[in-house]
Amino acid sequence: MAAPTTLPSALADAVRDESSLRRFLHGLPGVDQVGVEQRAAGLGTRSIKKAAKLHAIDLAISMVDLTTLEGADTPGKVRSLAAKAKRPDPERPDVPQVAAVCVYPDMVKTAADELKGTGINVASVATAFPSGRSTMDIKLADTRFAVEQGASEVDMVIDRGAFLSGRYGQVFEEIVKVKEACGDAHLKVILETGELVTYDNVRRASWLALLAGGDFIKTSTGKVQPAATLPVTHVMLQAVRDWKTQTGELRGVKPAGGIRSTKDAIKYLVAVHEVAGPEWLDPHLFRFGASTLLNDLLMQRRTQLDGHYSGPDYVTVD
Amino acid sequence: MSDRVSVAKTYKLYIGGAFPRSESGRSYPVTDSKGGFLANAAQGSRKDARDAVSAARKAFPGWSGATAYNRGQVLYRVAEVLEGRREQFITEVAASEGVPLKKAQSLVDSAIDRWVWYAGWTDKIAAVLGSSNPVAGPYFSFSTPEPTGVVAVLAPQQSSLLGLVSVIAPVIASGNTCVVITSQERPLPAITLSEVLATSDVPGGVVNIITGRTAEIAPWLASHGDVNALDLTGAPESLRADLERSAAGTVKRVLRNKTGEDFTVTPDLSRIRAYLETKTVWHPMGV
Repeated sequence: MAAPTTLPSALADAVRDESSLRRFLHGLPGVDQVGVEQRAAGLGTRSIKKAAKLHAIDLAISMVDLTTLEGADTPGKVRSLAAKAKRPDPERPDVPQVAAVCVYPDMVKTAADELKGTGINVASVATAFPSGRSTMDIKLADTRFAVEQGASEVDMVIDRGAFLSGRYGQVFEEIVKVKEACGDAHLKVILETGELVTYDNVRRASWLALLAGGDFIKTSTGKVQPAATLPVTHVMLQAVRDWKTQTGELRGVKPAGGIRSTKDAIKYLVAVHEVAGPEWLDPHLFRFGASTLLNDLLMQRRTQLDGHYSGPDYVTVD
Repeated sequence: MSDRVSVAKTYKLYIGGAFPRSESGRSYPVTDSKGGFLANAAQGSRKDARDAVSAARKAFPGWSGATAYNRGQVLYRVAEVLEGRREQFITEVAASEGVPLKKAQSLVDSAIDRWVWYAGWTDKIAAVLGSSNPVAGPYFSFSTPEPTGVVAVLAPQQSSLLGLVSVIAPVIASGNTCVVITSQERPLPAITLSEVLATSDVPGGVVNIITGRTAEIAPWLASHGDVNALDLTGAPESLRADLERSAAGTVKRVLRNKTGEDFTVTPDLSRIRAYLETKTVWHPMGV
């Protein structure tokens, strides 16, 4: 097993072979379930108002990975999504652009053509999304195709079956190879926390993904319930924070699925600030995988600025 | 034997089919006509109104998409349950409005009859207010009435049940959903009505009832971008012009009936008609 970057000796030991990897992952401290849920709920009650809220809304908009991952996606839908990414609220040019548009590999070219020169990234899911049930060759081909088409970010899924049956080495290899196939593109590793069952597993999977070289760890595909939750995101934020203390590197977190309201988004931002730290309050290190969230952010933004409640008639239809 | 301590009811809001307390945590004492304490009612805030509008918007596709016949059956069912609670309503109306039991009885009976009257209209609206239009061309042109959307209703301040029923029933009969701000001083029959709605077949969110200060909440509903129409029946005189002005900001339909409307008189279709849009279709013929 090859470590993708130069790691401090403790971590380099962990990736020497499969048994040392297992020893390392099972040696991670267990997550206090009651504690993390209580802390997440506690931070969720924090009240963010007025100027701070407006700032949080704009920050959240700039962190959105505007996503469409439906069987019914058409080039037209992807183009309109790209237009929305560039100008989320056409009547208000001061609204920031979103961070990226996230589509299936065959739609990457359409999105990339639309977004050329805007600074908005094109993210593509790959590796037999969302189940991850295919052969290694197909997963790698899927990844290469996405990158060739112009994706600058790749969202891969891990093989949860392998992870849950304890074949950590296999999962590690897969991430390393996909990372190679990505080339310059950023790699986000989807853990699909809804299928990992326990917080301990989430912590292990997070570390596994970080060790293998994932630039981001992402909660979910959005196709499995429960998707992103606050406590799960807490555990993942702790992992990237600890990664930074041990290696000095900054890695990102992306909750995805089920975040629909501005209130939820702000709760996540509070968690980022308190658990990871203020430097993670940046689109390069924290993203929201969402589609309906953007409209709610825009409506809330209008409410803040206009002094009365807005409605869905005043924002674009997805 | 010790005297039994009776269980007092907590009067809460009715939003999206549930009975939450006010988000603000506030409540206010409700008194009878002579100033005696009756109960504490929840004092709704602008955020309760906002939640109620979201609930009403969510319920709109289902309720407006239901067949008129189905809506009629649901409203008849409400009348049946109202009838079963007749005694409770008589007591509450008598206490709230300070009228003798006999008078309260007739008010409650009229309220139930009013509900049935509007229930009967559900599947007749299209026939009476719609039309096929004679046009000079090879087209079959027809117009059908469709519900406006989410209606904010400021319920009458005096008539606590008959007036309330007379403003809610015409809104929902045609498929609109509504957010109702009850009479400020006499909100108790409205909360009991919401218990009736919750236990008949009305889907949650079709009617949302908020108790509290009309003057505090009404401006937020009048300016709300997701409210399509506003009924000013129970609006304070001093606020009417302002409410109309801010309603114009988002192009709402506004029903501006004078205060002091006599609800004991059998109504006409004007309240139903006020919350309808007309859709006209031109269909090519003879090709």
